[in-house]
Amino acid sequence: MSWIENRFEEGLIVTSLDWAINWGRSSSIWPMTFGLACCAIEMMAVGASRFDIDRFGAGAFRASPRQSDLMIVAGTVTYKMASRLKRLYNQMAEPKYVMAMGACTIGGGPYFKHGYHVVKGVDLVVPVDIYIPGCPPRPEALLEGLMRLQDKIRHQTRAKTVMTKAKEVALS
Amino acid sequence: MAPEEICKLLTTEFTDAIVKTVVEGAHPYVQVSPDRWPDVARFLCDDSRLGMNLLRSISALDLLSDDRLACVYDLMRIVVDRPDVLITETHEFAIRVETDRNEPVIPSVADVWPAADWHEREAYDLMGIRFTDHPDLRRILCPDDWEGYPLRKDYEFPLEYHGIPATTEYELPNPRH
Repeated sequence: MSWIENRFEEGLIVTSLDWAINWGRSSSIWPMTFGLACCAIEMMAVGASRFDIDRFGAGAFRASPRQSDLMIVAGTVTYKMASRLKRLYNQMAEPKYVMAMGACTIGGGPYFKHGYHVVKGVDLVVPVDIYIPGCPPRPEALLEGLMRLQDKIRHQTRAKTVMTKAKEVALS
Repeated sequence: MAPEEICKLLTTEFTDAIVKTVVEGAHPYVQVSPDRWPDVARFLCDDSRLGMNLLRSISALDLLSDDRLACVYDLMRIVVDRPDVLITETHEFAIRVETDRNEPVIPSVADVWPAADWHEREAYDLMGIRFTDHPDLRRILCPDDWEGYPLRKDYEFPLEYHGIPATTEYELPNPRH
């Protein structure tokens, strides 16, 4: 029996701050309604009862970037849309995450070679956390992507982190 | 009316305006010179025999080898004369207007068929055909500051747009983040 045990009343929970904050963040990732093309249909299916993204606490699709934590870029991003996308991303409050859903968003997809108007990957415009391949991805794939994002959030820490060379390059 | 009759009627009315007639085939058309095109359009729309009250589409063509640009106007007549039948007594016909590729100018017919407004904007946006007397000739799909006309055959893809790198090769550009 160590010195800390048997010292607190019943109902008190002891945890680490990191764990508690990460638990809260990962359990209520509110996505932004950002369907651009056919991938949005799959995103809607994920929001509906059959696949039910609400099980992960991420069912509250917000129409405003100020209220959302996650931008699911679902569909073809054109150069015309890229400036709007960047503005919406900048309007989101920290912490914010971006999911690149589908082939077009990841790297231009079928428009890579002959699409004069399509951005060759949304990571050229905003930083991307999770890539979900598919054309369009199955709803299960989107849920898998959401779970991987939750994993990512769970491993975040508020402690000082060592600046690696890779991070330095990424931030510059 | 059959395409042959429409052809004959147009040829008698506008002898000087008709450049070429193609009656055979699945898509009969008459080629009209650009300077007389608004008069022909007005006649097609207002004449009681023709009554082409619907402009179905405008197709812009890039005739690179001839150094020409062309517009094909698909016209249709829709008559509603019985309340229980929506459409009766229809016929359709096409008009082709050709213009120079380096100085492409075609008179607008947006005042004859309001549907031409956006179609002409699209032809201007993607093919670079300028329509004179158009009420609002702006790009309709591409951003306003887009360079070039994307659907022309000699169009070169942009390599950069507002700081976003693009590519014409199969090699991916490096992400900036």
